[in-house]
Amino acid sequence: MRYEAPQSIDAAVALLVAETGAHVLAGGTDLLVKLRAEMIEPEVIVDIKRIAGMKAIIAENGGWRIGAAVSGAEMGEHAGLCADWPGVVEAAGLIGSTQVQGRATLAGNLCNASPAADSVPAMVVAGAVVRIVGPKGARDVPVIEIPKSPGKTTLAPGEFIASIFLPAREARSGDAYLRFIPRTEMDIAVVGCGVALRLDPEGKVMAARVALGAVGPKVIVVAAAAEAILGRALDDAALADLAAACSAAATPIDDKRGTVDFRRHVSGVLARRAAVIAQSRAKGAKA
Amino acid sequence: MTQIHVTTRINGDATEFLCEAEETLLDVLRDRLGLTGTKEGCGTGDCGACSVLVDGRLVCSCLMLGAEAEGREVSTIEGMANGDRLHPLQQKFIEKAALQCGICTPGILMAAKSLLEHNPDPSEEEVRYWLAGNLCRCTGYDKIIRAVMETAADLRRAS
Repeated sequence: MRYEAPQSIDAAVALLVAETGAHVLAGGTDLLVKLRAEMIEPEVIVDIKRIAGMKAIIAENGGWRIGAAVSGAEMGEHAGLCADWPGVVEAAGLIGSTQVQGRATLAGNLCNASPAADSVPAMVVAGAVVRIVGPKGARDVPVIEIPKSPGKTTLAPGEFIASIFLPAREARSGDAYLRFIPRTEMDIAVVGCGVALRLDPEGKVMAARVALGAVGPKVIVVAAAAEAILGRALDDAALADLAAACSAAATPIDDKRGTVDFRRHVSGVLARRAAVIAQSRAKGAKA
Repeated sequence: MTQIHVTTRINGDATEFLCEAEETLLDVLRDRLGLTGTKEGCGTGDCGACSVLVDGRLVCSCLMLGAEAEGREVSTIEGMANGDRLHPLQQKFIEKAALQCGICTPGILMAAKSLLEHNPDPSEEEVRYWLAGNLCRCTGYDKIIRAVMETAADLRRAS
């Protein structure tokens, strides 16, 4: 195995194109575990952290462009990002320990393509767009189009994610992400749910996006849940409809961490709770 | 195979080493530099025994390649005491018997030091969450948490 730390995107792409067994290294919190377990035996590791911009959070068109090597801890310390997209920041912040937060990245969480990736439902409902670079240049793709199946993405050979763009937060909007785990920390989502809402001046939902994690082979966008609350105030009846739509949309497996019935039920519970948090943020709550 | 030449600073000292591409920073510290204070527990980022600071950021040295340390500032447990004078956290851990077998202790001390640099007045809940990635199979954690809380209080009084 070789280790390369190119200084430019072009040089990184050239390395990735030259070797079919090349792997991208950003935070490394998944990659090094796979290396150790010999799940992968790459010819070359391409460390992208020496490329300009990979560690930067930059204001762009009212939103934020987050470099592919920005860690969860760095996101959590960025006041502007936390104010605009608290759901995305808290989803990323749930991944692993303080130590893992020092290195783990949004791009890595997305490309590891775990069905239970915490940051992915949050990014999906935020309308996040990834900038992919590769041998044919750069292209911008919504986050929802990246996961293909467990462990697989739609990235073509030689491509990698250079940054993730979170759009400008609109007036009277808010986002939130919640997950269920049987402990309080250091665990993988049994169910995860992201909700982003925009309210009209009367407090009724004028736009909504809802996404579930860990209850299907990849993140699930629940359009029926968003439609169920459109034009309504988030009263008990609206929240019950939202929850029912999420429970119906979940397609989980039975495993040691949760049964199908439990995961379906919790999908609805988390959606309801996340919607209430997103609503309070849309009304100006800071937490 | 050609080894990688890495120039870094470890505990304030300019340090150079050669390593293979697949060697972790933990491997380098222990096997190439003789800094065996940093322990290997799980090797997969779950236990925190290998915690070090890189450019001031708490990380698992088992989840980082040695080659990535090029140009970085690494702090390990060996740099915590000032000569014979223990760091207040080290002193308090001894006084409060916040360790038994000791394997997790260097990692917990590095993590606790990092916490107090970020937050000099943490609540018990904040200490427990910050240290959630540092496993201890002996103490049941209670003495560790109390030692960190008391050290934080001592340092606040002293400042």
